[in-house]
Amino acid sequence: MSDSPYVSTTNACKLCTPLGAALAFRGVEGAIPFLHGSQGCATYMRRYIISHFREPMDIASSALGEKQAVFGGGPNLKKGILNVMSKYGAKVVGVATTCLTETIGDDVPRLLAEFRKEFGDLPLPEIVNVSTPSYSGTHMEGWHAATAALASQLVREKVAAHRRVNLIPGFVSPADLRYFKEILADYGVAATVLPDISESMDRPALLDYEKLPAGGTPLADIRAMSGALGSIECGRAAHMAESAGDNLERRFGVKNHRVGIPVGIRETDAFFDALEALTGAPMPEKYASERGKLVDAYVDGHKYVAGKRAIVYGEEDMVITMVAFLAEIGVKPILAATGAKCRNFKQALADVVEGILPEPPEAREGVDFHDIAEQAADLAPDLLVGHSKGYRYAKDMGVPLVRVGFPIHDRFGGQRMLHVGYRGTQELFDRLVNTILERKQEDSAVGYGYL
Amino acid sequence: MEQAIFEERRDQIHRKGEGPFELACNRDSLAGAVSQRACVFCGSRVVLYPIADALHLVHGPIGCAVYTWDIRGALSSGPELHRLSFSTDLQEKDVIFGGEKKLKAALLELIERHKPNAAFVYATCIVGIIGDDVGAVCRDVAQQTGIPVIPVQSEGFKGNKREGYAAACKAMFTLAGTGDTSGISPVSVNILGDFNLAGEIWIIREYFKRMGVEVVANITGDGRVADIKRCHGAALNVVQCSGATMELAQMMQEKFGTPFLRVSYLGIEDMADSLYAVADHFKDRDPGIVERTQALVREELSRLLPELHKYRQDLEGKKVAVYVGGAFKAFSLIKAFRHLGMKVVLVGSQTGTKEDYEELAAICDPGTVIVDDSNPLELSKFVKELDVDLFVGGVKERPIAHKLGVGFCDHNHERKEALEGFVGMLNFAKEVHASATSPIWRFVPRREAMAKARETRTAKRAAGGEGI
Ligand code: SF4
Ligand code: SF4
Repeated sequence: MSDSPYVSTTNACKLCTPLGAALAFRGVEGAIPFLHGSQGCATYMRRYIISHFREPMDIASSALGEKQAVFGGGPNLKKGILNVMSKYGAKVVGVATTCLTETIGDDVPRLLAEFRKEFGDLPLPEIVNVSTPSYSGTHMEGWHAATAALASQLVREKVAAHRRVNLIPGFVSPADLRYFKEILADYGVAATVLPDISESMDRPALLDYEKLPAGGTPLADIRAMSGALGSIECGRAAHMAESAGDNLERRFGVKNHRVGIPVGIRETDAFFDALEALTGAPMPEKYASERGKLVDAYVDGHKYVAGKRAIVYGEEDMVITMVAFLAEIGVKPILAATGAKCRNFKQALADVVEGILPEPPEAREGVDFHDIAEQAADLAPDLLVGHSKGYRYAKDMGVPLVRVGFPIHDRFGGQRMLHVGYRGTQELFDRLVNTILERKQEDSAVGYGYL
Repeated sequence: MEQAIFEERRDQIHRKGEGPFELACNRDSLAGAVSQRACVFCGSRVVLYPIADALHLVHGPIGCAVYTWDIRGALSSGPELHRLSFSTDLQEKDVIFGGEKKLKAALLELIERHKPNAAFVYATCIVGIIGDDVGAVCRDVAQQTGIPVIPVQSEGFKGNKREGYAAACKAMFTLAGTGDTSGISPVSVNILGDFNLAGEIWIIREYFKRMGVEVVANITGDGRVADIKRCHGAALNVVQCSGATMELAQMMQEKFGTPFLRVSYLGIEDMADSLYAVADHFKDRDPGIVERTQALVREELSRLLPELHKYRQDLEGKKVAVYVGGAFKAFSLIKAFRHLGMKVVLVGSQTGTKEDYEELAAICDPGTVIVDDSNPLELSKFVKELDVDLFVGGVKERPIAHKLGVGFCDHNHERKEALEGFVGMLNFAKEVHASATSPIWRFVPRREAMAKARETRTAKRAAGGEGI
């Protein structure tokens, strides 16, 4: 349900579905995202993604024109896949539909079956397909649907049991993913992260331009997800009928542990609990120490943030997890807003503040920045927490913005921003406290050098 | 190396000096080729977007609107309605039952809220498919609200940006001729095809003011609906970036008899020539104008040239790749780079026409590679092969340059630096200089390897020399 009283949308607080799918496909080794639709959509999404990661982001398109829009896009789809096979040498092609091809009713699974038959004599890549009309859903549906498609279409049979853990992390930064992998390695297990944009969307300078960036989950590892110790799937928001982790559990009996995105002490504790349950190993000393330092920082910083009123906006999982974090440090989340419509948003918000706040923050879904700003006028916030697109509103309200999530278009290093785990929370907490101190210092005529 | 080029695209690439000039262009992008092009909607949006007191409503699903929210650096000296991103955000039920009702409600709601002086309604891909009668809704709302409500037929799949420019011109043309033209000077112009990126149109307006030329309408940078309504009262249209607004100039010539001049405000000669051409046009009506213009150019150049010289010393001999949206800009850039002592070795555009490319071929040096509607694989291949030092392009080209250890200058609609006018030439030189001469490139592996290879060659030569 949309909580907006308006028909029109102004400055949307969401992105369109295939963008999320394209990014998720970029998290598979040797994969190229491919949008079945007209050229413009792919180009717009590329520039949006590039502006955040500052990395090349090739998204192929079947580039439908007027004729194909009338007579069907099948021939362009097939030709396009042949072209990316020959030029990119892609091992996996991730085909996502767009509004156009959904509306004209192209039956992509059927077209792909035809394609496999017609070109069966060629060494074909794996072709994964996902339906991503933007008129039902946001980029997060796209991300999760593509992830689920990877699991359900590429993991085909039960393999022998092995000591890897499936980690389905949700849409977090490359830095977050690298840290996740470090944690799992310290538990003595290798992680199959699906999807894994930790390297593919944060590349080093190299000798040559990479047609397809290295990194991403190897196909062989994906296939072997059916024999893993278990899965940990992050994110409390419910997106689809069956998530990647649930799919693997249903088909192969790989137990799925669903946790929130681990930001803040409680959500991170739950993540580590799941890991302990899976591996049978206790928390390594390193993390106990990180946790201890974080608690110590909470103590040292609590008065600076106490009672501050925050508006949190963005994609649903990031909003839920930020509310969990803010509530536990003594910041009062007064509004949690998302452009998405999500069936358990309000419940999840209530769950993460339980025992800390007398009542959950006001939750609004299906809203845009106009709705948020209108309400903010009565709420007197002290800060905003969300991505770059709220900056103008923060400026108008005269309050600082703590940047998290995607997109970060007005700061440097969004891809290296760490949010998760005790270490990520530590960075976030430092940033938040410093943002408040900086504002206090700027607003004061005294010019304190001590705060 | 060759395999970076798609067989189907061979005739969209030409190396000057190799055979007679012929370049295929104006084709649909190749499926699967990761074209750098956008869509019809993008073209319309670029052109109309800077009209700051109009409501710009994107009729379609959310993506088309959200990806174009405030991404252009088009500034306004007054209202800033254009910086908001409005959408009907069509949902599944609208796609099934049609979006007309939602469009009408959204329009009425937004017009009531913002009291704009006109509204543009952009049709995106699926609107074309579900068959909404956007024109009828616009007429209906115009009648109800009393402001012009103008449909822009910009369904993305109907072509590339060029068709979008045409749709935008058509939309603006419905405004032209509807305002009062009394009090307009006989020495007056409309500025067409300047979008006031980083305040550029203010630089150009200032030049015209010093020449004694009245500017009637900015089309469209820092644009206003009322000015466009009376733009047919201007004595002359000066048209930059012919791709975007030429069609409006042609329609105005036909209907109102307004003559037009093609101009460019990028680089030294083009800037000066443009002002001289305008002066020349008005010299019978205003005998002093030529002298005033000469004085202006002299004054600006006496300030600019010594400054430029400093940058040129470091840049001399460096090689440049230019890949931009429209080919027209490329002409000016090639000339501008000559002033910096730099050589353009690769030039291309997303949407150039046959005539554009012929003209380009005529002014480039032999060996220069000319490409139409290129893609990352090709561009990266050429950057390496031609040993480019600096790339001029937009956001999508930046990572290609950076990954190869090549400097970059942002020259598209998102730029935040004014690059037009004489002062713009200086900013341009500064920006090029800042990137091309940065000490960081030596660390990029490709450049490091090239430097090493050069060293070994010199060492070998030195050793060989001693032997003789
Ligand atoms: S048509 Fe759909 S997929 Fe394409 S940009 Fe618009 S919302 Fe996104
Ligand atoms: S191609 Fe169509 S759907 Fe995609 S951005 Fe352009 S107008 Fe929108």
